[in-house]
Amino acid sequence: MSTTTHITDHPAGQALPPEYTLDHLDHLESEAIHIFREVAGEFERPVILFSGGKDSVVMVHLALKAFAPAPLPFSLLHVDTGHNFPEVLDYRDATVERLGVRLVVASVQDYIDDGRLRERADGTRNPLQTVPLLDAIEQGRFDAVFGGGRRDEEKARAKERVFSLRDAFGAWDPRRQRPELWELYNGRHTAGEHVRVFPLSNWTELDVWRYIARERIALPEIYYAHEREVFQRDGMWLTPGEWGGPRAGEQPETRLVRYRTVGDMSCTGAVDSDALDVETVIREVAASRLTERGATRADDRLSEAAMEDRKRQGYF
Amino acid sequence: MTTTLPAPAPATDVPTGHPAPGHDLLRLATAGSVDDGKSTLVGRLLYDTKSVLTDQLDAVERVSRDRGLEAADLALLTDGLRAEREQGITIDVAYRYFSTATRSYVLADTPGHVQYTRNMVTGASTAELALILVDARHGVVEQTRRHLAVTGLLGVRHVALAVNKMDLVGWDEATFAAIVDEFSRLADRFGIADVVAVPVSALLGDNIVQRSLHTPWYAGRTLLEHLEAVPVGTNPALEPLRLPVQYVVRPRTAAHPDYRGYAGRLSSGVVRPGDEVVVLPSGRRTTVAGIDRAGATGEIEALDVAFAPQSVVLRLTDDIDISRGDLVAAAESPGLLTRALTGTVAVLAERVLRPRDRLLLRVGTRTVRAMVEDIVDQLDIETMQQQPAPDGLGLNAIGRVRLRLAEDVAVDDYRVLRRTGAFLLIDEADGSTLAAGMAEGPDRSAGEGI
Repeated sequence: MSTTTHITDHPAGQALPPEYTLDHLDHLESEAIHIFREVAGEFERPVILFSGGKDSVVMVHLALKAFAPAPLPFSLLHVDTGHNFPEVLDYRDATVERLGVRLVVASVQDYIDDGRLRERADGTRNPLQTVPLLDAIEQGRFDAVFGGGRRDEEKARAKERVFSLRDAFGAWDPRRQRPELWELYNGRHTAGEHVRVFPLSNWTELDVWRYIARERIALPEIYYAHEREVFQRDGMWLTPGEWGGPRAGEQPETRLVRYRTVGDMSCTGAVDSDALDVETVIREVAASRLTERGATRADDRLSEAAMEDRKRQGYF
Repeated sequence: MTTTLPAPAPATDVPTGHPAPGHDLLRLATAGSVDDGKSTLVGRLLYDTKSVLTDQLDAVERVSRDRGLEAADLALLTDGLRAEREQGITIDVAYRYFSTATRSYVLADTPGHVQYTRNMVTGASTAELALILVDARHGVVEQTRRHLAVTGLLGVRHVALAVNKMDLVGWDEATFAAIVDEFSRLADRFGIADVVAVPVSALLGDNIVQRSLHTPWYAGRTLLEHLEAVPVGTNPALEPLRLPVQYVVRPRTAAHPDYRGYAGRLSSGVVRPGDEVVVLPSGRRTTVAGIDRAGATGEIEALDVAFAPQSVVLRLTDDIDISRGDLVAAAESPGLLTRALTGTVAVLAERVLRPRDRLLLRVGTRTVRAMVEDIVDQLDIETMQQQPAPDGLGLNAIGRVRLRLAEDVAVDDYRVLRRTGAFLLIDEADGSTLAAGMAEGPDRSAGEGI
């Protein structure tokens, strides 16, 4: 037989009629709204992890759309490392006030102050978030916790489910994860267990930005280019603050930068950028040759399995 | 440096960062046997579509050098868990993302070992295209048959066959033709109509994104060209409406004191205000009063039409009792309600499925108690024969079961309507997902028409 027998040209008639075509952002939005509604239907006490970072802002936007015209049926939970960008805290508080929702703050600083946690030698507090997070989940009796994690972020996250079952210690065991088929999310859990839910699982960084542009979603200003005093450490531009500042040999300087991710100030780096608005950010992200985490997160550079290890211990 | 890769193919992304109008989404699943180069092929697709970024590539080159490899091992891009890197195998389904000017892709990368067949079922359940790899040196092997069986069973419409490692068979046309021939005959038996075969070398990149100079006898598309061209989705206008109700929206606010809407995602079909619908299992008929969707600022947009797979809120003219788990269906073709159904299941857990087992059945948004009445048969993948399986179905087994349900359930024939014909069997005690099922349509001896 000829080797080209099976090269079929798809007849044009098979393509969808244009009036029934969704673009990829419509698909992702519909999927995320479906996930929010599944959780509202199946769980007693869901909560959204909200840091003021762009992924959590998009999550809240989608959740509002999922239940409109009813108000948001969830509380928000912020795990506060104590090393916050002031612009992001302001944004968080303004959002909470605008929506009239309840905000629960789990404070890493409180844990350090009373000795339940100890400051790490390297000063970064990202790994310290796990204990306050798990305590807040237990105290709030939250049975579903929405996180903004995306599978494109990191190799271990690429294997995460949309509904991710956690035991009483919040631990993630990749071998115990339930197979997830069709859009039949199985949220059943026993007392003490909870489920982490990731509605943005299938979004990429660029999708998030395109959606922010399409929906005209306001973000904390530090996502756009601004002048800032920074210093270089481990190849990243860090902002001095209460958490610390330049050591001997690290020269502070003023640069035009923006943040691609927003996290703990001590380990979240700024990138050189002149992107003043969402359109130029999208161009910049599309052209970037570095991943979001590779460019901006010191804690993920620790080892090949840094994220997997943190996830196993109950991290988001 | 010995591990440096050649430059990837020219960027296909549009320079503005915005996709072209009509940019859509294709979900695909990969399947291959151990060592046939699947991770390398996925790595190659990511690399050649410029979806791999410098820091990821640096990490791969560093690890490749540490292991004394001559060339960067693209498989390292996709093996995410420590055990996978240590054993050099893929354990779990991993999702990958890449995009071109035409499409965004969600790729479910599924492992090939026989013990992890459940992952392939998982990946294929949402896929519109299955990308199956065959090693040109070994041809169609038992795993290939299993991949085709799962693909056919799960109703994946399109199959792309990548005959890999063509460089190791001297780019021989006859070898390729023989594999395509055997594969196509198998695909026919599994009811897969659309098969496209491409001769490739994932390691060298031939015919993945860039056309190979070694296969002048091959006139077809490269693998990516095929992925760009395959039609996405089914035409909702040709299917009956199904909307599993997820949640009842009742604001009870000053602005909306009496609003009551039924939130859900259309799993098939089209709906317009004025359409007559039936709510199952109650069988009550009513009319669609309006279709609402929130706009970007939270205001409600009234839609003239909604279609699968959109998420919307339906308002109905009659004040009838509807809650999560109900199904809104087209009045003229609602399907059947039943308390007994027969379906093919793939067992995903260690627990053996046995007659008289009490379980939960999940279909759409509805969960009911169920009992295994009978294990009808088991499918032998080698012979494609149905064999009796009186003792039960173990992990990775595929077979037909007859279930008795505690309440009426609306189920469609999976071959006709995938989303409302799919079900899960769940362990009532610990909540684990035991099996994935595909209904044959309600058992006519026990079901009743509406």
